[in-house]
Amino acid sequence: MPEWFIPFLLSVVTASTPFVFAGIGELVVEKSGVLNLGVEGMMIVGAVSAFAAGVTTGSGPLAVFTGAFAGAAMALIFGVLTLYLLSNQVATGLALTLFGLGLSALMGHGMVGKTFPGLPHLEFPLLEQIPVVGPLIGTLLLGHDVLVYFSVVLVIAVGWFLNKSRAGMVLRAVGENHNAAHSIGYPVNLVRLLAVLFGGAMAGLGGAYLSLVHTPLWVENMTAGRGWIALALVVFASWRPARVFVGAYLFGGLTIMQLHAQGLGIEIPPQVLAMAPYLATIVVLVIISRDSALVRLNAPACLGKSFHATG
Amino acid sequence: MTAPRLELKGVTKRYPGVVANNDVDLTVMPGEIHALLGENGAGKSTLVKFIYGVQRADAGVMKWEGREVEIPNPKAARDLGIGMVFQHFSLFDAMTVEENIALGISAELARGDLNSRIKEISASYGLPLQPDRYVHTLSVGERQRIEVVRCLLQSPKLLIMDEPTSVLTPQEVEELFKTLRRLSGEGVSILYISHKLQEIKELCHTATIMRMGEVVDDCDPAEETARSMAEMMMGKNLMSPERPEGIETGAPRLVVRNLNMETSDQYGVDLHGISFEVRSGEILGIAGISGNGQTELMDALSGEVPVDDDDSIIIGDKTVGGAGPVERRAAGMSFVPEERLGHGAVPEMTLWENAFLSGATRKDLVKSGFIQIKKSSTYASEIVEKFKVKTPGVLNAADSLSGGNLQKFIFGREILQDPSVIVVLQPTWGVDAGSAAAIRQSLLDLAAGGAAVLVISQDLEELFEVADQIAVICQGRLSRSWPPDEITVDEIGLLMAGVEADPGGEAHNGEAGGHAG
Amino acid sequence: MLVRLENRGEISKAMVYASPFIAVVLTLIAGVFLFALLGVNPVEAILSFFITPISTLDGFAELFVKGTPLVLIAVGLSFGFQANVWNIGAEGQLTVGALAGGGLALLFFASESLFLLPAMAAAGILGGMAWAAIPAFLKTRYNTNEILTSLMLVYVALLLLSYLIHGPWKDPDGQNFPESRLFPDAGILPVMIETTRMHVGWLFALAAVATGWILIARHVIGFQIRVTGMAPMAASFAGFKEKRIIWITLLMSGGAAGLAGMVEVSGPIQQIVPNISPGYGFTAIIVAFLGRLHPVGVLFAGLLMALTYLGGENAQIEMNLPNAVTGVFQGMLLFFLLAADVLIKYRVKFGGPKTAGAAEGAG
Repeated sequence: MPEWFIPFLLSVVTASTPFVFAGIGELVVEKSGVLNLGVEGMMIVGAVSAFAAGVTTGSGPLAVFTGAFAGAAMALIFGVLTLYLLSNQVATGLALTLFGLGLSALMGHGMVGKTFPGLPHLEFPLLEQIPVVGPLIGTLLLGHDVLVYFSVVLVIAVGWFLNKSRAGMVLRAVGENHNAAHSIGYPVNLVRLLAVLFGGAMAGLGGAYLSLVHTPLWVENMTAGRGWIALALVVFASWRPARVFVGAYLFGGLTIMQLHAQGLGIEIPPQVLAMAPYLATIVVLVIISRDSALVRLNAPACLGKSFHATG
Repeated sequence: MTAPRLELKGVTKRYPGVVANNDVDLTVMPGEIHALLGENGAGKSTLVKFIYGVQRADAGVMKWEGREVEIPNPKAARDLGIGMVFQHFSLFDAMTVEENIALGISAELARGDLNSRIKEISASYGLPLQPDRYVHTLSVGERQRIEVVRCLLQSPKLLIMDEPTSVLTPQEVEELFKTLRRLSGEGVSILYISHKLQEIKELCHTATIMRMGEVVDDCDPAEETARSMAEMMMGKNLMSPERPEGIETGAPRLVVRNLNMETSDQYGVDLHGISFEVRSGEILGIAGISGNGQTELMDALSGEVPVDDDDSIIIGDKTVGGAGPVERRAAGMSFVPEERLGHGAVPEMTLWENAFLSGATRKDLVKSGFIQIKKSSTYASEIVEKFKVKTPGVLNAADSLSGGNLQKFIFGREILQDPSVIVVLQPTWGVDAGSAAAIRQSLLDLAAGGAAVLVISQDLEELFEVADQIAVICQGRLSRSWPPDEITVDEIGLLMAGVEADPGGEAHNGEAGGHAG
Repeated sequence: MLVRLENRGEISKAMVYASPFIAVVLTLIAGVFLFALLGVNPVEAILSFFITPISTLDGFAELFVKGTPLVLIAVGLSFGFQANVWNIGAEGQLTVGALAGGGLALLFFASESLFLLPAMAAAGILGGMAWAAIPAFLKTRYNTNEILTSLMLVYVALLLLSYLIHGPWKDPDGQNFPESRLFPDAGILPVMIETTRMHVGWLFALAAVATGWILIARHVIGFQIRVTGMAPMAASFAGFKEKRIIWITLLMSGGAAGLAGMVEVSGPIQQIVPNISPGYGFTAIIVAFLGRLHPVGVLFAGLLMALTYLGGENAQIEMNLPNAVTGVFQGMLLFFLLAADVLIKYRVKFGGPKTAGAAEGAG
């Protein structure tokens, strides 16, 4: 086993986790019939808020919570505009991203150059002492920070919620046919608002993970399109939680691979290697979208449509 | 005497510019099948949405078994024992029957072995359902069963049925009536909303007639004639369309031969080997329950979805199977789709722009790529005048017109382009009786002028009124055609349900799609 | 319920025009709070942001320098947005247009030909179109969402730019800075007003506005675009081909953005640098909406947005405020606009459902 292998796997986990959070959040939002294109904006505001809180208080949990809260606050703007003021979801999502990029730059003005020590890790020293496979198992499964475990639990929980719980069934129903859901008596916009807030919190959490663990420092525009890739992940995953997880790790792996390729002295200009995740996103989207009937079968039928009850 | 199960007093509901319900009173007794009768837009749906708690009223009192109640939402209605089957079903296509039923009942009721309870109740009322099937795989009749079973699981005391038969075959209607009579016998009250007079005479104990948002009369349907109820409903004497005498049918204008098409809609129906022809001066009616390929047939005929085999559609002597709408218009065809707003017309655009939409080429409204605004406006004004469209002017948006007026405008737009072939889908769906009569008359006149007319409609009465030949579409296959006096409603009903029939005692070759004419 | 929305039943023409002004006023009010929050005198800050920058001829001319790319791009985007074709990758198309136009200037760096500038403009337009053709192809052929593909291509274009100026296009005499050599005089847009930076690119913007206006108001293409956006089924009924509309709108917006990129490098910048645009391609999205997706509206909205750039720079110099305030202002403006737009279709009612109304027939 080459010596770079374990650090490589570790960094894949770190790079993938933000995608898991942002992707699973947006999945829930889209399942309720709302398309929030502002993931990038919510993520970056989550990143800067979490970092600011972390640096000022030194508390990891508080920093994480702040990131999620900031993402949800951004989502609240989107929710009120699209659900209650009936604005166009595409335009509002774009606005959220543009606003988020500006706001985060403003908030992060004094944060440049500071660092945050990171989040606590869970250690399992005994398991790692097993010879040969010990370190590998240890790297793959153990010794990560708490948010990594939380992301796994989250995916399972969301899968259970959507498919097994009554509330999840109502959420799917709202995304499938909002008129029918309304006439049976479900509060369509309230369900959607809650989904949007959850999506915002998760995007914020993804952002927080970036600035607290992945880098860990604050750089302007540090999300670098990850929010958009998370949106693509949801399409890639055909709106299924487990596939979001798989997709997130594929993209996380790809991001890290191009960094390592640079480190290994491969004769390709770094800028060209850095294009890989973006080009891969396009390729993946093409493969998934080719069969339009299949996409329509999987996508929530009311995705992107506003609902206004008459009377 | 027992207390009424439901009593409404002075219910009033206003929308901007419209009073949907004005001081409406209604009394429904236990076990009674009570008809709520009225034209489209008479305010029936608004009233039942109030009863079921979907909408609030501006004024009025509701009493339930003698007690005054407030119903803030459908759940409260269900808790009282009110069930409702919606006209546009409140179902979720991508979910299973069981999930759909669970969503429509309380959480407590949905717990436990819902699956077997569904099977039990559906079997006992003769409404077979498989709980694990996905809704999009079911027929319209089966979908309605889901709604009915959903209500029955809650042992309702009042069942509201909003236009339940508009999507059923005559035979399915009979089955439904059996279930409703049985429920009535068990003491369940049924509020039955319809504008179909024959059904009401057959089924209902009493009828409340609404017009323009007000109750105009109560009556015993058994003692009225269909005509007398129709006059109460419309408030004027009925005008039957005049069929011009002695029309000679000429050469075939629209010929369709072995038309096959795969649907692009995930819940749609493929077309299989459809063949027919329509002659000059002839009106061919295609009956069928919606969702049996009508939309696909319309798309294929209008060229919105061109077909692979160019020879399968011929207008005059031109093969146009692979051509788009523009080329088909150039060949002399016009079409009126089912959906007025958003398909036949752009809701937010002005009337002159909507006149330009399909008339650009045939009315010569374009000059080297630029829109001739004045000429388009003149054309739009001509439509408004000749077809008596009620509107302040052609600068008004299409969605400011009532359904009937917009439909008249769309028909006028197509007819004034002097088509040799016209294809229309559900021409009078959701249109007031006056406009519907005018539209049917214009189709008869057009045929009298030598055009070939194809009317695809669910409304059998309409087809019997205008068509020279009637064929039936079922599961994407078309039957041969018969003159209206050689086939009965029951026989058409069997064909609509996909059962082989032998109308008129003629030897029927059994082949899907014999030639018409 | 205390406040509720009531459908007007039709579109309020007055509100279509009033809502951008409402949005601007609300943004200014929010701006006062924002500045107060940042601990500066709001009045001073607003003056420094919106008035001082254009109080001199130089500053006023700068409005048009910054407005040129914004108006050019937004006119192009507004066509697509009207047809529900969401090209949000204008920043990438701008970059590729700049590379194509600028590349030509670098290739002929010794040229004195009068044809160099027109050739550069054509190259810029083609470059932008080519970049926009990728999402158009993927959308029409493979049904791939153009929002995501056009956006991903922004990052690819920026990396391409970075690669070129760190590698093959680096100035051989430039002390290893990641910049190209300066363009030849024949490859530089002439200045319109002496002593300022205002160049003839503004005329391109005006031409785009005029052409756009004619197309959208009178031409069949504009009609087809509007119908496609408002009612896709009606467009299909009329026989308009959706794929054709997708191609046309993406190529038009890509070409306009490409021209904007060429104008930037051959006008104010005059060489190829790592940061060609301060996000014009994204800000133009706001400009398009604020201008009601109408070319004339876009003209004024573009100048207003240009002012927020100038204001941000000025406030940074004068009051040491972070430049990012610009982005916040732009985002807020779009939010307020989207919120105010609800008034076009709905009116706000206070109190419960109204009880008096005109008695007209139902339905």
